[in-house]
Amino acid sequence: MTNTLHRYGKSESFRDDFILFCIPSPGKNDEGAVEKQKAFLRICARHSPVNMGNGNRGSFKPERHLDPRSHWNRDLSPDWEGVIEGVNKPGTAAAVFDSEENARACLQEVVDADLGLSVNLSTSVSGAKEVAKCCGIHRHSVEYSLGFTDPHDHLPNSQVLELATMCGHGMVSFNMARKMLDMVREGRRTPDQAVTTLARFCPCGVYNPARARRLLEEARTKAT
Amino acid sequence: MLIDTNKCVACANCVPVCPMGAIYVDPDIGRARINQDECVECGTCFRGMSQEHLNPTMVRTVRKLARLFRFRFEPEPDVCPTAAFVMNELEMPRLVRQVFSDPVVEHKSTGIKGRGTEEVKTNDVNPRVGVGEVGYTIEFGRPGVGVRFRDIQEMTIELARMGVKFEAKNPITHLMTDESTGQIRADILGEKILSAIVEIKTTLDQVEAVLGTVEEVNRRIDTVTAVGISTRCDDGGEETRLAQVLEDLGYGAERAKTNMGLGRLTNAGAA
Ligand code: SF4
Ligand code: SF4
Repeated sequence: MTNTLHRYGKSESFRDDFILFCIPSPGKNDEGAVEKQKAFLRICARHSPVNMGNGNRGSFKPERHLDPRSHWNRDLSPDWEGVIEGVNKPGTAAAVFDSEENARACLQEVVDADLGLSVNLSTSVSGAKEVAKCCGIHRHSVEYSLGFTDPHDHLPNSQVLELATMCGHGMVSFNMARKMLDMVREGRRTPDQAVTTLARFCPCGVYNPARARRLLEEARTKAT
Repeated sequence: MLIDTNKCVACANCVPVCPMGAIYVDPDIGRARINQDECVECGTCFRGMSQEHLNPTMVRTVRKLARLFRFRFEPEPDVCPTAAFVMNELEMPRLVRQVFSDPVVEHKSTGIKGRGTEEVKTNDVNPRVGVGEVGYTIEFGRPGVGVRFRDIQEMTIELARMGVKFEAKNPITHLMTDESTGQIRADILGEKILSAIVEIKTTLDQVEAVLGTVEEVNRRIDTVTAVGISTRCDDGGEETRLAQVLEDLGYGAERAKTNMGLGRLTNAGAA
């Protein structure tokens, strides 16, 4: 399962946030779904994704036995093969793109592959319309996000919210997002290191490290 | 979730990791502790952090020395140096915390699967919401606040009074003792979870009343809500009716999830 609908931000802020995912429906098209999900991810991997996930793990993953020397040299690279080969049951397979062109090219190839699974795109309302139009697709259904309602003033500022809500299951805490913002501002971590740290907490692989990197770069010089 | 006090070295790396802010370092014991009433069993600390398996005595000695000289070691922020977290076996009613908060753990025995359903993600092969109909996902607790079932019940009771239909396969619907009144099982009302989604369906003309009710109830319950609202596009792939209603009501929808309609019935016998 993924959860990508309620990301905090204005439409413009999703210009580098396009999540394409396929999902089978039990009893309808789940026979042979594992191979189709792998085929979907293989297509996605050819179009420069910035993250991918198979419902159990993303391409940035925590380690069970971390070598202490890695404090000085942590691996920041995504593991696409691990995600593709890790598909072991019918479920959601997702890929994140940081440009409309890549999302569009990927969707076109997914259309041509005719896998038979439901395919959804999560992004700005206008972005999804544009991608569908370019691929000659008549959209089937749409779910709009009405955003967060917070009458009791629980939520933090927009910088923290934008970073934290990219894990739709809420595994990226406000405090961790805040800590990464501070560490980047204080020069204690590079944006690349900070976004990989955040992405490791998202087990579905839908966290967008490219958008997070941009947000951290912007936040570095912005007053809070 | 538990912390093994024999292993914990009170490095506090885990403190900001917890989405509920339930972890703190207890100065009386010099170890991290979990506030069990606030912990939602989401597994972020156990699974999201990388683990080293260092010797706790050695790490404590190094930390004491560093503190003496006021050195700050700058460790990776998402690492538990001694793998001190222990994911313990849970039983009902506490088990519902994990079912609704941990997206990775499956609990077939409870009959409850995850936080929501396929919604309109598979509407092309599994029709739930038709043209002129409106589906709602009313999510509670996320981001970063959490919610207790008694607060969700405030909402389901109010929605039931309006006569709306709850989605049969939704996990919250499973936990109702009476769908016609929106009552939820009494034994779990005090349990806290990271998030839950109530799913309902109405006609287009009820949108204003439903959204008004959600806002009104949200003012009474101490959490955050997020509403997703869905419908089917017309044969040409256009959707203007619901978008117009939302605009008229002053809801600016910035983001959406769009089902591209590529699904087909491919199982033998499904057609
Ligand atoms: S990260 Fe591990 S060792 Fe450090 S305070 Fe938390 S439980 Fe203790
Ligand atoms: S299981 Fe989740 S809520 Fe509980 S202490 Fe760990 S991170 Fe916090």
